Amino acid sequence: MRQTVSGYNKVAKLLHWFSAIMVIGLFAAGYWMVDLSYYSEWYKPVPHWHKSAGLCLLILTIGRLIWKSITTSPAIEGSPFEKKAAAAAHHLIYLLLFILFLSGYLISTADGRGIEVFNWFEVPGFGSFIENQEDIAGLVHEYTAYILIGLASLHGLAALKHHFINKDNTLKKML
Amino acid sequence: MKKILIASVIGATMMIPMTANAADYTIDTRGAHASVNFKVSHLGYSFIQGRFNKFDGEFSYDKNDIEASKVTVNIDTSSLDSNHAERDKHIKGSDFINVSKFTSAQFVSTKVTKKTDGGLAINGDLTLHGVTKPITIDATFIGEGKDPWGGYRAGFEGTTRLQLADFGIKVMGASSYVDMDLQVEGIRK
Repeated sequence: MRQTVSGYNKVAKLLHWFSAIMVIGLFAAGYWMVDLSYYSEWYKPVPHWHKSAGLCLLILTIGRLIWKSITTSPAIEGSPFEKKAAAAAHHLIYLLLFILFLSGYLISTADGRGIEVFNWFEVPGFGSFIENQEDIAGLVHEYTAYILIGLASLHGLAALKHHFINKDNTLKKML
Repeated sequence: MKKILIASVIGATMMIPMTANAADYTIDTRGAHASVNFKVSHLGYSFIQGRFNKFDGEFSYDKNDIEASKVTVNIDTSSLDSNHAERDKHIKGSDFINVSKFTSAQFVSTKVTKKTDGGLAINGDLTLHGVTKPITIDATFIGEGKDPWGGYRAGFEGTTRLQLADFGIKVMGASSYVDMDLQVEGIRK
């Protein structure tokens, strides 16, 4: 048996809140940039930053999962149903993130081009694996993003419910 | 003596920016605002249009000093695409451009002159199928200016006819030559 802890460790907290900011920022940028006019000065830089930040978040998320697996996380609080639902939601959030990373990558690399990360390094592209990959991956990316934002909102509301209604440790252990 | 040498070296390096004012451009292959297209006869009845998807290059251009212009383009011959995989395989094979042996083609300009009609004659050496031959590209300057994203671009269009026999490529039937159609847009460095 691992020893139990009452809150998340500092690194886990930092990674969690940083990811939250990144996810909201990426969603906002993505939502905005797809409707930009070709002649907008933002048309080129914003998708470039979105892709770069998204790939950085991928690396961070892999690191986060490794960190989570080697450190101890506090127990989920609430009714048996809430515990199950919370665990499922947490797993689903990770899964949706990875669907977003993969689908985003598959849009930009459908023609074999790599993705430049902040003009810092390039992630190679491997072309298309399915026909009309950029379109299909685009739809998956879009709908997954909406689902993730919906689920993340629910996740936030649930934390607030535990904090203000149940008055338990749920929110505090992440602060 | 040493001091004079150092002073003259410094003096010489300081003079370089004074003389070179032709702007250098990178061909925008990343944004695919450039293409290397070819057109070749099919049995003498119609033309096949294809292109090379992978290439890179750079040029320098100054509208006030055309003669100082230069262009270099490297083409990945294996990126030939005529919208038909089996045909591409055939053209890339040893019957034609033999890409496993001659993986790249290169054009290096030697002289650029302004023609009386306002167009440009770009003379240079083309290396294709392992053979280097001088060719002339008839080019037209299309336009230049700022783009909406903070860059500066200049673009050209060019055509040239290559005789396959000149490059040691076997002539079969009516397909003795290939017309190249080049679209080039560069981003100023």
